[in-house]
Order: sequence, then structure tokens, then C-alpha cells
Amino acid sequence: MRPADTLAFAWQVVRGYRARTLLILLAMGIGVAAVVAVSSIGEGARLYVMNQFGSLGTHLVIVLPGRSETAGSMPGVLIGKTPRDLTLEDALALKRSPAVRRLAPLIVGAGDVSVGARNRETPVLGSTAELMDIRHMEMAQGQFLPPGDPRHSLPVCVVGAKVAAELFGTRRALGEWLRIGDRRFRVVGVLASQGESLGFNTDEIVIVPLAAAQALFNTEALFRVLVEAKSREQIAYAQSDIEEILRERHDGKREVTVITQDAVLATFDRILRALTLAVGGLAAISLAVAGILIMNVMLISVTQRRHEIGLLKALGATGRNIRLMFFAEAVLLALGGAALGLAVGKLGQLVIGQLFPSIPFTAPWWAVIAAPLTAIGTAVLFSVAPARRAARLDPVRALSKR
Amino acid sequence: MIRLSGIERVFHVGEEEVHALRGVNLEIERGEYLSLMGPSGSGKSTLLNVVGLLDRPSAGHYALDGRDVTGLDDDALSRVRREKIGFVFQFFHLVARLTAEQNIELPMVLAGVDPAERRTRLARLLAEYGLEARARHRPDQLSGGQCQRVAIARAMSMGPTVILADEPTGNLDRHTGQEVLALLERVHHEGGTVVVVTHDLEIGVRAHRRLRMVDGAIVSDERS
Ligand SMILES: Nc1ncnc2c1ncn2[C@@H]1O[C@H](COP(=O)(O)OP(=O)(O)OP(=O)(O)O)[C@@H](O)[C@H]1O
Ligand SMILES: [Mg+2]
Repeated sequence: MRPADTLAFAWQVVRGYRARTLLILLAMGIGVAAVVAVSSIGEGARLYVMNQFGSLGTHLVIVLPGRSETAGSMPGVLIGKTPRDLTLEDALALKRSPAVRRLAPLIVGAGDVSVGARNRETPVLGSTAELMDIRHMEMAQGQFLPPGDPRHSLPVCVVGAKVAAELFGTRRALGEWLRIGDRRFRVVGVLASQGESLGFNTDEIVIVPLAAAQALFNTEALFRVLVEAKSREQIAYAQSDIEEILRERHDGKREVTVITQDAVLATFDRILRALTLAVGGLAAISLAVAGILIMNVMLISVTQRRHEIGLLKALGATGRNIRLMFFAEAVLLALGGAALGLAVGKLGQLVIGQLFPSIPFTAPWWAVIAAPLTAIGTAVLFSVAPARRAARLDPVRALSKR
Repeated sequence: MIRLSGIERVFHVGEEEVHALRGVNLEIERGEYLSLMGPSGSGKSTLLNVVGLLDRPSAGHYALDGRDVTGLDDDALSRVRREKIGFVFQFFHLVARLTAEQNIELPMVLAGVDPAERRTRLARLLAEYGLEARARHRPDQLSGGQCQRVAIARAMSMGPTVILADEPTGNLDRHTGQEVLALLERVHHEGGTVVVVTHDLEIGVRAHRRLRMVDGAIVSDERS
């Protein structure tokens, strides 16, 4: 029997038993769609997190006070010695490293910001002009903080878009004065709306010069130092230089934690990939269920069609002919189911994409390939038993019963 | 052409043994027209199935066209069957979802005959059996007589050595039965070999050679 004829025959069967075909298409389709949809949600989550970290800035190294990991040793507070603060002088000393392009010290606090009678509490960031480039901030109006010696400050500030709207209403904020605590600042710039970026919503902050923040919150201690390395390759050098310089300045004690963006990214990437694989695998179980359904439906079909199978043998079909017919039938059903499932999965992905536009839902390539292949694989695997049973039917007995 | 010697066929039903064929010796020459009669349960269908290679004898030898086919495996039997044997059944046994022409084409499809060749033969068969107008109809849209004509055309599609018909008129009224028989006789007139199993004496006597079976054995073999 020619392969094309085997396929054509199987196609006739698939078309001939509509209800059965629909049932199997549905089961296969749901399985494939589940794998595609679920894994695209996982992949979407991964890309979302990657983007969030990515928006932090490139080649970023973050210095925070205190040691975070320390295998076994007690945190400083518990054993009675507080680690020394990270200061502006520490931060400025980091410029000695040839791997560092620029850096921005950061102080964070909550401030009562008011304009006339309007008043609201917002996070207040104290930093330097470099922050803008390191964090890839953009201005809607005016300028960022003016460059200059961070030890001295002008009474100026930059406000987030939402803060500006809330404090000044429709009035133009630029050039106006606002009050934080008991100090007055002139608005020199309004940030472009950027949304969330790892913890800070830049729409809702006020940025003041570092020295002003030190005075405002009455502290010398830095919250973070954001350091940008000269290139991706320089990140590791920057990290070891920073640790070295700060150890020197803190009497040989390691009192800071240095995080590179790469390390954080890689960890998240691993976790989320594993998660996507796991849920994708769970969804693939539904494919196995679909396979078992195919087997049962095929076994029933062998019983229902024993007449026809007996006849085919009487007309000269070999066992191999019959087996191939059943395989072809299973593969056709699986292909149909896989196509249906891919379509439905894509559709579902589009729909959730519409519902959560900020998350980039895309089915990972391995899911798009593996799901249909698994469908066809299970279909063929689970049609082995029915096909063999059909091929072994005794034609005389199959034909004799009406 | 067909030579059966010492054929036995024993069925095991539980503890019991049913001897459906006992020591059957039979030779059929090319171009013969045989009828096979006998009471129900005498082994007519069993003999036909053995001749048609659908069933294997429990003992004895069978040579078809000079070749011993007794020991062949299932697949080899299938291949011999599709080249040399044409079956016609009492209940037609057409595939319900296929059209008349697809049913006729089936043995050629199974044998892997080239599609162009298939079309030529199909057109000839449809014309010969007066089925051109019904080619695209499904079996449930055909009368019993038309169904049996499709079945005979199907049996003839591979140009078989012998046509084996098991009560081909058993499910038809007298008139249609005569028509179907006429078609089988035409096959014989064109040089084909035809074996017809029947309960109808009137049909049986038309054959040139009449076998009678009782209890699994051939008890008479008349020629005219
Ligand atoms: N598969 C089987 N298992 C057991 N016994 C069988 C089987 N097939 C046939 N027989 C028995 O073998 C004997 C011959 O059966 P067979 O069908 O050949 O008779 P027949 O002459 O064709 O009868 P009928 O005219 O009723 O068709 C019967 O006794 C029958 O019961
Ligand atoms: Mg019978």
C-alpha cells in the first residue's frame, strides 16, 4: 500500500467518525494549549523580572552597608558592635578604581512635602547629578540636579510627575518653590513618567542634593551607593576594587555588601526558567492523559470496525497495512490536535497579554516545539496496542458476526 | 490450479472438537464453474475460507497455481490472496463510509497499484457492471443488487484466479439474485473460475460442476 493511500484512508476514517475525531482533537488541543499557555506565562514572568532589573541601568554594582551573608557569624548588632556607616567619603573614594565610570551615593527617607496648603508625604531621595545617567532617568521638563561638589548643596529639587501634579495641580511646577520639613527647595526639573523600577516608583519621589538630604534627615549614613562599571567585563574588577577600597577605609573589616546586577539577574533567571519548565511539565501530563484517551478510543474503534478490518484482510491487507493505517490515523488526530492547541494557546497568550500589557507573554521556543512533538509521540505510542490488536484480528471471525 | 489433499479443519469449542472439514480432496481447474451445496453446518463456508486463504487447514496440503501455500505466514497469505482470490459475501461487506468506486478500488489500493492504472481499471469495471451512475454513492444509497454488483466488481478488480462467492444471492430477492448470478456467470464465460456456495437448488444446478457436502466431507461431485 502506498503511503499516500494509507494517509488518504486514515483521513477518510477521521472524517467519517466526526464525534470521535472532535473528542480527540479537543483532548489533544487542551493538552497542547495548556503547555503553550502555561509556559508562556512563566516565560512572561521571567522576561518581566529581567526587564525590571534591566531598567536599573547597565553594568550596575550596588554597595550596601552591613554584611548580608556571613556564614555562621552573628550580625554585628547582636554581638554589640554596630558596623560603621557607609559615608559620602567612602563613596567618593571609590572613584579611585579604574573600573568605575561613575557613581551615585543615595540617601532615602520619607518627607513631608508641601506647597502652600497642599501637603503629602513622599519618599525623598538624596543623590548627585550622576544618578540620572546611572538610572537612565529622563526629564519631562527642566534639568536634573546640577553637577558639583556633593558636600555642598543648592536648595533645588527634582520631582516625579505624579508628585508635581498633586502639589501644583495644573500649574507649572518648574521654578516654583516647595517645602520639605522646614526647608525650601526650588523645583528645577520634573521627571518623565517611567513607572516602577524595582521598589521605587519614580513618579512619586522627590530628589534633592545629597548634602540637603543629609541635613534633612540628620544622618551621614548612606542607604546605597550605585556604581556603574566602565563595561560589562569591568564589573568583576569594579566589585573587587570596591571591596578592597572599603576594607582599607574601615580598618580592614568587611562591612559592606556588594551586589552586581549580573549575579542577581542570573539567579532570577535560573529560578524562573526552572519554574517555567516545571509548570510546562505539569501541563504536559494532560498530554499523556490525552494519549490514554486516544488509546481507549482507538481500542473501541477496533471493536466497532472489526468488520471492516476483517474485510480489509480478506481483500489482501497485510498486518503491516492495518497497523500503518491506525498509526496514520493517530498521527492525523495528533497533528490536528496540536495545531488546534497551538492556535488556542497563542490566542490565550494574546488575551492575557491584553489583560496584563506590562508583562511580555511569549511561549518559549522549546514549548512550541516540544508540545506538538509530545502530542504526536504519545498518539503514536498509545496507538501501538490498538493497531496491533487490529492487525491480529482473525478475518473469518471478524466477518462472520453480523 | 487449486489442489486440496487430505484437508482437515478442527475447531476447538471448549473441551469439544468440531470437525468442520474431514479429509477433503479437491481439484479445481482454471475456468471451471462450481456450485457447493449441502445442509447448514456441513462445512461449505469453512472450505471456501480455506480455499480463499482466509483460514488455515489443521492438516493436509493446499497448492495454488502449483505453489504450496500451506505453510505461509499471515502476511504472505495476504499477498497471495490479494493477487489471486476474489471474495463475494452474502452480506456484501462494503465499507459504509466509502463510495461505490472507492469500495471497488480498495483491493487495488491495498495492493499498491499505481493511481493512473487504478483509474483505468476502475472506469472499465464501472462500465462493465453498469455502475457509472452510482459511482459516487455510498452503500446506504444503493439497493441490495447494486451493492452486490459493487462487491463483484471489487472482487474482479485485481483480476483474480478464482472468485469465491458464499451465498451471494442469499440476501437478495429472486429476481435480483438472478441478475447477480448472471454477472458471476459472465465472469465464467470470460474464462474466470467461479465457486458459488448456495442453498438454492435452482442456482446450484446451473453450475457445470456440482459438489455436495455433508458433515465436513464432499459426498458427491457431478459434472455436466
Ligand atoms: N470459528 C468456529 N468455531 C467453532 N466452530 C465453528 C467455527 N466456524 C465454524 N464452526 C463449525 O464448523 C461447522 C461448519 O461450519 P460452516 O460455517 O462451514 O458451515 P456451512 O456449511 O457454511 O453452514 P451454513 O450453510 O449454515 O452457512 C459447523 O458445525 C460450525 O458450527
Ligand atoms: Mg456458511
